Amino acid sequence: MRRGNPYSRHGLLKKGVTHTNRSCHGTSTGRRDQKRGDLLAPPVYIPRANLQAAYPSLARHFEGDLQVADPAANAAHTGEDDPSRRDFIHIAAITAAAVGAGAVAWPFIAQMNPAADTLALASVEYDLSKIESGLQVTINWRGKPLFIRNRTPEQIAAAVADDGKGMPDPQADADRHKEGKANWLILIGSCTHLGCVPTVGGGEYGGWFCPCHGSVYDTSGRIRSGPAPKNLVVPEYAFLSDTKVKIG
Amino acid sequence: MSGHSTYQPKSGFSRWMDARLPVGRLVWDSFVDYPTPRNLNYWWTFGGILSLCLGVQIITGIVLAMHYTPSADHAFNSVEHIMRDVNYGWLIRYVHANGASMFFIAVYLHMLRGLYYGSYKAPREVLWILGCVIYGLMMATAFMGYVLPWGQMSFHGAVVITNLLGAFPVVGETITTLLWGGFAVDEPTLKRFFSLHYLLPFMIAGVVVLHVWALHVVGQNNPTGVDPKSKADTLPFTPYATVKDGFAMSVFLILFAIFVFYMPNALGHADNYIPANPLVTPAHIVPEWYFLPFYAILRAVPDKLMGVLAMFGAIGCLFALPWLDTSKVKSMRYRPQAQLYFVIFLVVCMVLGFCGAKLPADPVIPGLWSPKVFDAELNSFVWLSRFATLYYFAYFLVVMPVLGLTEKPRAVPETISSPVLGDADKKD
Repeated sequence: MRRGNPYSRHGLLKKGVTHTNRSCHGTSTGRRDQKRGDLLAPPVYIPRANLQAAYPSLARHFEGDLQVADPAANAAHTGEDDPSRRDFIHIAAITAAAVGAGAVAWPFIAQMNPAADTLALASVEYDLSKIESGLQVTINWRGKPLFIRNRTPEQIAAAVADDGKGMPDPQADADRHKEGKANWLILIGSCTHLGCVPTVGGGEYGGWFCPCHGSVYDTSGRIRSGPAPKNLVVPEYAFLSDTKVKIG
Repeated sequence: MSGHSTYQPKSGFSRWMDARLPVGRLVWDSFVDYPTPRNLNYWWTFGGILSLCLGVQIITGIVLAMHYTPSADHAFNSVEHIMRDVNYGWLIRYVHANGASMFFIAVYLHMLRGLYYGSYKAPREVLWILGCVIYGLMMATAFMGYVLPWGQMSFHGAVVITNLLGAFPVVGETITTLLWGGFAVDEPTLKRFFSLHYLLPFMIAGVVVLHVWALHVVGQNNPTGVDPKSKADTLPFTPYATVKDGFAMSVFLILFAIFVFYMPNALGHADNYIPANPLVTPAHIVPEWYFLPFYAILRAVPDKLMGVLAMFGAIGCLFALPWLDTSKVKSMRYRPQAQLYFVIFLVVCMVLGFCGAKLPADPVIPGLWSPKVFDAELNSFVWLSRFATLYYFAYFLVVMPVLGLTEKPRAVPETISSPVLGDADKKD
């Protein structure tokens, strides 16, 4: 816009301006319009026709552009108007600021993760002798419900019989309990859809039924129908004795 | 919009102040002399009502925080302490709890006003998007506030909503653990929700300032959708808009008071008066009424991740609205076909809200036999919400872009005053 306006170009041609404002960044108009390497020098506007004649050596650097830096001002700052040096300072400063911001942000994000005492309370022991065949207890483990179910032989047989059937998350019943302990099924009682607690004995397979969005699990805790994508999760656990189990 | 300021400081002090911090001038230019289109109707009073709602929520909230204990062991009891022991605690809590619902009633009417009169169209895109940002912050604030009483619905609502984010592949589990501060919704979750619930209203207030600023740059839309062209098209904000807003606020406060004093628990769920128990989920878990349409969309999709994406997409459509609508005419007053689709959209939103409150497998018409399609009977709320979800997205993604190109709108008046005063006034 300004370049196309002969009046303003004429106005800026006054040499006096270049000497009254010699800040490092040049004048604000000069900064916006100039090419990169000329930031140190205030601008001088030269009619294009005169460009070749006046500065034949510079003209080829500014094809079609009517601005060049005042060569006198440039000479005074020799060595300081190297564009790569200024770019380096900018990039280095921005990078340092970004790394600093990241370093400050890190603890503020990391504090949201589980605290050390929360992690320390992560395992629990339970005495199985209290659970009769066909019953289930629900205990609190890591703030979530944990199902410990003493399955009847019929329930185990039903689960094993369905092993080969099509399921969203196929898994054999034998892979979901400890060897030789087929009656003890230990699961995280949190629906794999959105975390509601399924009710025991519900649904068409007699396993679990989630009241929130209608997911149906069989007697092995495998998802059979409904929106849940995965089987009920089997936590890490070990038998300490025949009647004692440690979860976590 | 109004050009130069007409503020004339009267007293010596206001002249002194005006030369140092021209607050008086800002208020005068923004809320006294500010020109408003002369044809604004009562649908334009919800901006003022919403400011009132935000003020009420912040004041009652600050007071409640003086008596509330953000701890899994004490939160429920401290809310009961507020209800039974704190002087007027029942009043302040009921105002705050019902205030959230009132806030959403007002914001939905405010948004539908914008939708009908094309207030999101150029040059008001940024104004509209800032409004969408406020709406998003409101939903986050309301959700976290509902968790604080630590009742059964609070707890399991928090479980379901935070698990939504777990649907995202790879990062999902990390995000939920980060949100929970543990392995499940628990003490740390409650504490951070309390902190954020206190913070977000002030962020809303900040975005409201930007929203009002943007409004004052581009000027208000009006029922004709034609921008004011001369002084004959506008009236000063005071007294015209202030009095109209004031009357609308009074009427709105009557509705507010009816809920607070006569049916304070009508919009809540009885199960939230049972202390949170992580081991038992309530038989029928529902969100607050203002989230029901989105909850229905979530459940309409049989896949977990796709359901979550559809739910967020339903809100995302609002952000893209300025570029989805291709119509050159702003106001639907002159778009008879658009009016029809708008009314259907309105009905569909209510149907979605209704479906969100029902069990998915329940029949819509009891006793009517219907074939089982895919995973549920056709005569079930899950299928009804599927059809409604389809229309919801089609309205934004198909109707909006196509209708603007194919419809034949009615003649739009040249100025705001011309349809009122007749052709004689159309000289400039």
